[in-house]
Amino acid sequence: MAVAELIDGIPLKVRLRRAERTKQVRALLLVAPLFLFILITFLAPIGTLLFRSVENPELPQYLPQTIAAMRDWDGRQLPDEAVFAAFAADLKVAQQERATAEIGKRVNYELPGTRSKILKTGREIAKLGSGPYKAAFVAIDPMWGEVGTWAVIRRASAPLTAFYWLNAVDRQQDAAGSIVRVQPEQRVFIDVYGRTFAIAGIVTLCTLVLGFPVAYLLASLPTRRANLLMMLVLVPFWTSLLVRTTAWFVLLQSNGIINDLADAILGRRFDMIFTRFGTIVAMTHIQLPFTLLPIYSVMKTIPASHVRAARSLGAGPFYAFWRVYFPQTVPGIAAGCLLTFILCLGYYITPALVGGPTDQLVSSWVAYYMNSQISYGHAAALGAVLLIATLVLYWLYNRLVGIDKMKLG
Amino acid sequence: MKNSLKLTASSLAIALALALAGCGEEKKQEQASDSTAAPATTTETTTASGTAAQPETTQEAAATPAAPASGKQLTIVSWGGAYQESQRKAYYEPYTAETGVKIIEEEYDGELGKVKAMVDAKQVTWDVVDVDLAHALAGCDEGLLEKIDYSKVLDKSKFLPGTAYDCAVGSISYSTIYAYDGDKITSNPPTTIADFFDTTKWPGKRGLLKKPFGTLEAALMADGVAAGDVYKVLSTPEGVDRAFKKLDTIKNDIVWWTAGAQAPELLAKGEVTLTAAWNGRIYDANKKDGKHFVIVWDGQLLDWDLWSIPVGTPNLDQAYDFIKFASDAKNMSQQSKYIAYGPTNVDAVPLIAPDVLKDLPVAPENMKNALPNDGQFWADNNEELTKRFNAWLSQ
Repeated sequence: MAVAELIDGIPLKVRLRRAERTKQVRALLLVAPLFLFILITFLAPIGTLLFRSVENPELPQYLPQTIAAMRDWDGRQLPDEAVFAAFAADLKVAQQERATAEIGKRVNYELPGTRSKILKTGREIAKLGSGPYKAAFVAIDPMWGEVGTWAVIRRASAPLTAFYWLNAVDRQQDAAGSIVRVQPEQRVFIDVYGRTFAIAGIVTLCTLVLGFPVAYLLASLPTRRANLLMMLVLVPFWTSLLVRTTAWFVLLQSNGIINDLADAILGRRFDMIFTRFGTIVAMTHIQLPFTLLPIYSVMKTIPASHVRAARSLGAGPFYAFWRVYFPQTVPGIAAGCLLTFILCLGYYITPALVGGPTDQLVSSWVAYYMNSQISYGHAAALGAVLLIATLVLYWLYNRLVGIDKMKLG
Repeated sequence: MKNSLKLTASSLAIALALALAGCGEEKKQEQASDSTAAPATTTETTTASGTAAQPETTQEAAATPAAPASGKQLTIVSWGGAYQESQRKAYYEPYTAETGVKIIEEEYDGELGKVKAMVDAKQVTWDVVDVDLAHALAGCDEGLLEKIDYSKVLDKSKFLPGTAYDCAVGSISYSTIYAYDGDKITSNPPTTIADFFDTTKWPGKRGLLKKPFGTLEAALMADGVAAGDVYKVLSTPEGVDRAFKKLDTIKNDIVWWTAGAQAPELLAKGEVTLTAAWNGRIYDANKKDGKHFVIVWDGQLLDWDLWSIPVGTPNLDQAYDFIKFASDAKNMSQQSKYIAYGPTNVDAVPLIAPDVLKDLPVAPENMKNALPNDGQFWADNNEELTKRFNAWLSQ
């Protein structure tokens, strides 16, 4: 028995294991390119994004001496001369490296209006020969005589910061370091997130209500006619998003075709452009195929005999549809709605063109911080909060609907 | 079953591809939006991402046979639309004709972030960038823009006050004004900035730029703050409150625009009765589309666009040469022929015909109650006020 298992003196078990391992290595090698691709184009950028949202390099890089000197500061009274001297030395270096603006910009996030004061201070201090510095600083700008300024500088000196995250949810740290809400007139982002999710939800619902019957019609018509109708769905789908948005702009405006018709028939005009209504109409139109197509392809897989069987067993038309047909389409609905909802979260130009004054979604703020303010921290934190909120919703969705039930066909 | 699976797979692939394409589209539009956002005109604009491939035809046509093709080229980035067209005619084409340097035009929407990305990556492909004042200052402080050596351009004293900066050279003066349609308001027209807020006398919607910049200043001036005090008042929390309180009085009547071309569009379509706008756009609508829009100069917000050079461009000398060319009084006086924006070179003002001058922001007649933009103020307060502005919008 034992002899039979030995081939070339190696037990069969070992040979089997070797063969398995070769297979595994080969499979890994086959997957490796895809894995690398995802790592480089997907995971690494998201990781960088998350890191950018907590990274806080400005002050540690440009104010090393000040930070060291401030270690013993009690935080209640103005720092002593040593801190001011260290700060002067740091500023002089920063001035040479054209880095004062980086310091000013970072402090300005927490103390709006101080950017130009810090720039001015940098210029003046560079001219100053030697101390005493404390009086000199206060003479340049009274802000240096306030404890609050130094508290902010100390707080902004940590290598990592929660500032951008807190900002993205309308929170900040007060002088004592506890987390409080920002001033009422500065609270924007919670609203923006709520709005983004609400609009995405409404649009998803609209696409479902409009798309489901169409998908049903497409799935139940004979192929030739279905193909013709399918083109009507696909042609707009293949048209540029911008063109479709523009088309809605033309249709919805006060003197547009729809309002001309309304005027002729009802004798009045409606406010449709630059309203939430306009945003939802245009976005629903753009997203419709994304919801419709997965539902359609799932419906194509449902044999017509199921409903016929139900009918022949005595179910009424609605009962047969609701109890036999509809449950089988749920995986398609789940897939289509999820696709539409997540795509809606990133909308930017459509709300800007046809939407009302309050239809700005999160993405426009990300663009504002990236392009106009050049603050990657703010933009990254807003993006990260959106990502996390989306993941939480996805988790909820998974608990309620079950992601394994989702089907694209 | 198998068939439908295939169909699903392909439709999903299409869906994903389109989703991606859609994203790209949005980004493109965003870049182009300042010049194009009037949706009707979008198609004819090429965006910054279309890079070098674009407007060579015009340039090559402009290069006269006399000018030897030097093989050199210069990438100039501006704001698109009628404005960039005027630059093309006044500067790019003559410059190419004179020097043989091919000019590659690109468009952007004032995103200094793109300059930063290039400078940080040490891959600077933009040689000359037309920037606004706040970005000229911020870009200078943050080391994104070259410090200008005025000996290579033009003596600093030759520039109008407030148009020659450390890192940027004024190219034009423009202004944010408000305008109405002379065909619709024929008698008893509005004449002051305060009239803009009077919805009983002039009922109808108001168009305003959807940014705190320009909007807050107008509100304060309409509320009786003298032009010279506007930024002082706006630096205090009470002043900001006051501006928003004034805006509250017309909040429900405001139609917000986001791109320069939208303002005349809104006015032409009758969406608004009065609209804030950039004066060149109104002038352009009158000249090209035969409109009879009237500009109210009272309380105009005077501003500049400036030439700047990103740090690290490989064509530094060429960039200087171009800016020198564009700052020349004679060349500069040409631009006003194509768009109603004024020059920044003192010597260019007398070269402009009187009938052109009267439509420029810097005409003495129009300067009676003018507020010069304070770039430093906006560099300091833009973020805070933008947040406040948006919080106010959604109240």
